[in-house]
Amino acid sequence: MTAAVAGDGITRFSLGRWWGIVLKEFLQLRRDRITFAMIVGIPIVQLTLFGYAINTDPRDMPTALIVADASEWSRSLAAAMQTSRYFRVVEGIDDEDAARHALAQGKVQFVVTIPVDFARDIARGEHPSLLVEADATDPLASAMALAAAQGIVESVVAKDLRGPLAALKATPQPFAIDVHRLYNPESNTQYNIVPGLMGVILTMTMVMMTGLAITRERERGTMENLLATPARPLEVMSGKIVPYIAIGILQATIILLAAHWIFAVPLFGSMVALYVTSLLFVAANLTVGITLSSLAQNQLQAVQLTFFYFLPNILLSGFMFPFQGMPRWAQWLGSVLPLTHFNRLVRGILLKGNGLVDLWPDIWPLIVFTAALMTIALVFYRRTLD
Amino acid sequence: MSGEGPPRAARPPEGGGARSALRGETVPPAIDVRDLHKRFGDHEVVKGVSLKVERGEIFGFLGPNGSGKTTSIRLMCGLLTPDAGSGTCLGYDILTEAESIKRHVGYMTQRFSYWEDLTIRENLDFIARVFEMRDRRAAVDKALAGLGLAARADQLTGQLSGGWKQRLALAACMLHEPELLLLDEPTAGVDPNARREFWEELHALAARGISVLVSTHYMDEAERCHKLAYILDGRLIVQGTAADIIAAQHLETFEVRGERQDRLAPEIEKLPGVEEVAAFGDALHVTGAAGHGLERTLTDAVAGRGARVARIDTSIEDVFIHMMRSARKAAQ
Repeated sequence: MTAAVAGDGITRFSLGRWWGIVLKEFLQLRRDRITFAMIVGIPIVQLTLFGYAINTDPRDMPTALIVADASEWSRSLAAAMQTSRYFRVVEGIDDEDAARHALAQGKVQFVVTIPVDFARDIARGEHPSLLVEADATDPLASAMALAAAQGIVESVVAKDLRGPLAALKATPQPFAIDVHRLYNPESNTQYNIVPGLMGVILTMTMVMMTGLAITRERERGTMENLLATPARPLEVMSGKIVPYIAIGILQATIILLAAHWIFAVPLFGSMVALYVTSLLFVAANLTVGITLSSLAQNQLQAVQLTFFYFLPNILLSGFMFPFQGMPRWAQWLGSVLPLTHFNRLVRGILLKGNGLVDLWPDIWPLIVFTAALMTIALVFYRRTLD
Repeated sequence: MSGEGPPRAARPPEGGGARSALRGETVPPAIDVRDLHKRFGDHEVVKGVSLKVERGEIFGFLGPNGSGKTTSIRLMCGLLTPDAGSGTCLGYDILTEAESIKRHVGYMTQRFSYWEDLTIRENLDFIARVFEMRDRRAAVDKALAGLGLAARADQLTGQLSGGWKQRLALAACMLHEPELLLLDEPTAGVDPNARREFWEELHALAARGISVLVSTHYMDEAERCHKLAYILDGRLIVQGTAADIIAAQHLETFEVRGERQDRLAPEIEKLPGVEEVAAFGDALHVTGAAGHGLERTLTDAVAGRGARVARIDTSIEDVFIHMMRSARKAAQ
């Protein structure tokens, strides 16, 4: 041990000082009941809320069915649409005007019109058109149902074309397409959303909390005191980070438990891999928070910067929208964000059972990101001495 | 630590004052800075401050708000790097040995800067840890006992009153047994009784050989310092003992006592040779440059109006206000 309050070798990293800072952060955190409640509460609330709420395969879309050709066809079609669970026929909308209003007001998502003499025209082989109008303001909402519509109509038509009409059936294609939905055969949205939420929740709480950590010292005037002690920037920064690493791991655990017990998300990969990547991801976010708080002058600015950072994370990381669907430049931008890589990592481990070789392409960016941000944070911290 | 001399000349010996004084020439002054400059953006806050504080001295640092006191203090203890200038603090170079300075200097910030969501003991314990004190627990207990706060050690610091906070702050910045205290307006907002106790404590520390640089607004506190410096718009206008400073300005002050002095004041202000008129109860204190017949002018002016003129000592406050006004006048 170095001599106390004596002299030389003081430029070295001191474990004693570092531990003092860690202890202080833990004590302050423990006193801050609301923050502590948020740490545990946020993951649970958000997970149950979004885990249940978000569905990228929406069912029971309200649909107006305008039947100008009261026939057996029409009745079969209406029944088939209902049973597909994609469409829910709304009663009482019988004409075109009413349907258009309902569509404009958002009361229905689809209007299906069976034209006059539809059944007769089919029988005559005249290839009549069935009109399906969709409210496409939200393409995502209508896409799956529209894709299903074609199949529904074909099956109804095929069933009713019997006897002499059988000749009108569509000729089968000369080849078949076999689709295997790997990793999530039932297209369970929650399998995708819940692991994604883990990254989102960690990003938000980690960045915000550390973002506040240094600005709080500055705002309360305690920073000057801290600077007047021999504590070195690296000791202060890393000392402040440690408690939040523990919190991050706690949050990750809460989310994983909920994912398992509430949403029955499978875990095909290794638990160790999951925690190591979570730890890495937490560290990356903490460096972001520390950097933001070195830049921000007060806690309000730190919160604003957090949100500035948070939005692209939600939108460009592949959490909400398919990463591959974004233009090249947006993918580049998304690739800089730790959440993008963490989403792939955690989904890879949980759903695909990926091992280190498969994970590595998303692990090294996290390491590089953390190192780069820590450097930036230290540079800015030094400057705040002046 | 042995009683032998320090391994390097620059470092003062352990045990401070008494021995330091004996070894006089080998011990560097507590503070010795020359021509410090500091600029923030376009605004030069400190414009060539030089000052010297001897060991065991209480040095008062005076000046109006925004004159550069806090910045100067931060420059001296290595919290800020000067744009120009040089100097030493306890023999350590302020430019290159800020880390060593931090270990041997106790800095009390203007605003209470300990953690209000920590208890009193936790605050002291944290400070002891970051200063890597060997007998941490003993030092903290001693400080608590010294404060008379041992019974309230587990109380949150935020619940303390202003006077207690200030005492805690002093105890905390004394914890690592610094040889120099830099106190930035330590008594602002503290009641007179607590202020008096605080100054008694400072004198006790000085008697033990600890040097103190204290900035203040209070003139009564200025008179309790061994030496004074007055800073205005980033420039050190004067430094020395209170008596020297007063003598150097060649001012004389008269008390004009009589009825309705409030009516007299505007007239007296216009008299030749009068630099400053201040009301004290039902008396006016009139200050002007010595040797210009101020007494005569005053006596003539108030003749027949029931007021008496008597010579009194020029106070340090009169001197500082005189200096501030003449510096401002010169600047215009």
